Amino acid sequence: MTSITAMPTPPLLEMRGIVKEFPGVRALDGVDLVVRPGEVHCLLGQNGAGKSTLIKVLSGAHAVDDGSILWNGEPISFADPQAALAAGVATIYQELDLIDGLSVADNIFLGHEKARGGITRDADMNRSARELLKTLGHPEIRPTREVGSLSSAGKQIVSMARALSRRAQIIVMDEPSAVLDPDEVDGLFRVIGDLRSSGAAIIYISHRLEEIRRIGDRLTVLKDGKTVASDLPARDTSTADLIKLMTGATVSSIFPRRTTGLPEVRPLLSVAAIGRDQEFDDVSFDVRPGEIIGLAGLVGAGRSEIIETIFGARKAARGTVTVDGKRLRNGSVDSAVESGLGLCPEERKSQGLILDDAVYRNISLASLDRYARYGISSEGSERRAAHAAARSVDVRPDDPDRIIRTLSGGNQQKVVLARWLLRSCKVLLLDEPTRGVDVGARAEIYALIRELADSGVALVIVSSDIDEVLGLSDRVLVIADGRVVHDGPSDGIDASGVLDRILAEHDTTTDQKGDAA
Amino acid sequence: MSATDTSTTLPSTAGRGGGSLGVARNLGLVIALVLLCVVGIITSGDRFASTDNMLTILRLAAVIGVVSIGMTFVITGGGIDLSVGAIVALSSVWATTTGTQSMADDFGWIVMVFSAVIVGTACGVVNGVLIAYGKIVPFIATLAMLASARGLAEIIADRKTQIITDQGFTDFFGAEPLGIPMIVIIFALVTLVGWFLLNRTTFGRRTFAVGGNPEAARLAGIKVQRHTVYLYALLGTTCGIAAVMLMSRTTTGSSTHGLGYELDAIAAVVIGGTLLSGGRGTVIGTLFGVIIFTTLTNVFTLNNLSTSAQAVAKGVIIVVAVLLQQRIADRKT
Repeated sequence: MTSITAMPTPPLLEMRGIVKEFPGVRALDGVDLVVRPGEVHCLLGQNGAGKSTLIKVLSGAHAVDDGSILWNGEPISFADPQAALAAGVATIYQELDLIDGLSVADNIFLGHEKARGGITRDADMNRSARELLKTLGHPEIRPTREVGSLSSAGKQIVSMARALSRRAQIIVMDEPSAVLDPDEVDGLFRVIGDLRSSGAAIIYISHRLEEIRRIGDRLTVLKDGKTVASDLPARDTSTADLIKLMTGATVSSIFPRRTTGLPEVRPLLSVAAIGRDQEFDDVSFDVRPGEIIGLAGLVGAGRSEIIETIFGARKAARGTVTVDGKRLRNGSVDSAVESGLGLCPEERKSQGLILDDAVYRNISLASLDRYARYGISSEGSERRAAHAAARSVDVRPDDPDRIIRTLSGGNQQKVVLARWLLRSCKVLLLDEPTRGVDVGARAEIYALIRELADSGVALVIVSSDIDEVLGLSDRVLVIADGRVVHDGPSDGIDASGVLDRILAEHDTTTDQKGDAA
Repeated sequence: MSATDTSTTLPSTAGRGGGSLGVARNLGLVIALVLLCVVGIITSGDRFASTDNMLTILRLAAVIGVVSIGMTFVITGGGIDLSVGAIVALSSVWATTTGTQSMADDFGWIVMVFSAVIVGTACGVVNGVLIAYGKIVPFIATLAMLASARGLAEIIADRKTQIITDQGFTDFFGAEPLGIPMIVIIFALVTLVGWFLLNRTTFGRRTFAVGGNPEAARLAGIKVQRHTVYLYALLGTTCGIAAVMLMSRTTTGSSTHGLGYELDAIAAVVIGGTLLSGGRGTVIGTLFGVIIFTTLTNVFTLNNLSTSAQAVAKGVIIVVAVLLQQRIADRKT
């Protein structure tokens, strides 16, 4: 089957109203995805939009809570990974799921080895592996070679050969280009083109819009666990439209405005020309007490790296960070915390919280010394103070002994905020403060951020949601490709202005890459 | 008798860290111990249910108990230590060389105690530094210590058993104030201090945090690497103390002391309810774990059953305890 004409073919896969809940968060909240044979279908969305969860549903790793899946028009359920593979869905994960110590052929046929009476037929497998690799245009990869000795690109080819060996009709690729250099990406795209013309469908996930334009046929955009756009032509949809769909350009009145003027005082936080190789460079800004600085930009622009470097979680290669006139020790989190810095990290669960511990113990984590004398904690006063902090940010339910894991995303975020509130930090760095937080709790968190600023805390906010950055901050820095491309008051720029700045930067770098090639 | 005394402290400690399920888990341990005692009374009657026999059990539990309390901290903090038996051996040998013993003659037997504790602590510091700063996984780092500490003990002792000649040392640790053997008193003190340290101090809280989510602990300003060193050093110290207790019980220092302690200590900690993955730990549970194992040994010995049969029973207990633990963990999520 080689039809890639404009004539609509019946869908191979049709997912409707898919819902997947985890304790405290609805990761998928009504996702629709329709994939036709012989197309490269791109899946777009911010981190946390639900792409990874959707892939796991498709590959049988997660069972759905609601919604229907049709495969060639027939209802199907991907109960476990074997069922998904049997139906014809193969997934190539971002962290490639290959076993380094086994040979190329062993990896390709892992789980469906060619064997007779339990004894593997190595010659047979090697021969088939060689054919598959040849089909993929990589006959130079020897089937007997150990996978661990291959480059990332080579491993990806092996993963694809594995998908082919399963006679997959849909191959899901999760950010396949993230680990490749430009030449290897070209090779990958050639292979994808071949697969498509052989009739297989590809679900392609990437943050890189220019790739989607090169390789994609149609695309679906996810935001907050919902499909916000589907069936868009991948080549002709404008970048601005895509970014608007992903970030949600819905300006609303949920952002509380500043009520008092900013005092003309010395800045609390001064960041001077910090940089890290390959990540970002020459980032400078000051934050006065009560001021909110926003860092806007796309995923991968270097925003989180900047904020983590300020906090000392990464070591700066250049530049200095000063808090209240005192220079921070480079690459030392405890010196930053000591000086009054706090961080609400991007990955709340893995970086911010001890999930199986109580609310109050998570809140007091950064202030243990305050509630102890000679190292002996005063449990009562600690718990009371932490409870008061939890109440001041309205953590629900109002139970300081509750285990964090059972709270919703919004309430978990409030616990992290309460931690720094209790420590009465002077400067608070917030990385994606409303990721995985539902709309109602979002407004509460915005109000809390405003209250903190009004009480004299200096804040730095990073968010993929451009409206959030603009709505909250006094001044906005637009980051693209690790550099500050715009620095000005937030009321002097709107969302499309920010997008223009990003795109302008984007275009020039793309041009440079084009010139270099 | 002390065994039943400690059970009265259960309700107040059970709620910590594990929520209401902690009660259930410790309740399981109490039931297991009671069942063992019932078996003991039925099969051996008064020979089991005598004060003398209770003290025998506690004396038997004391040395491995002290090591297990230290192990509770390391495992709660997300680590593991396979070298405890070897550290006990090295400490006991170091503290009983002719050199140390002649110094003890001049300055008092306390010199021997100090050398054992300092050697133990130093080994722990080496473990901790290799793991926290050298980034060697705990299993491997302490495996290396296991091999080299026992090897060093053999070299120093020249594979001979070193007899303790100091009468003051044997008198002090052999004493039985109020009828309770000194080493049982030391075990009780270490348990009390351990419980307090884990549940009532910032050190304990940091231990839970470092074991529960090291990245979150680091980003909350906790010095995770330094704390890891402290944890292994603390376990080294308890190994040193255990070495002193073993020296008094056997009146010797030997490179064969403490064989198999690592497995006994880990088993006691795990059946007590401390999670091997870290983040949750209980000193009281460990105390129960140790006493359950020694009571088992005692019951088997009284009935003239072989040590091989004991080993089988021990294995079964470990598996059942861990299965129960997983059941509880599953119900929680």
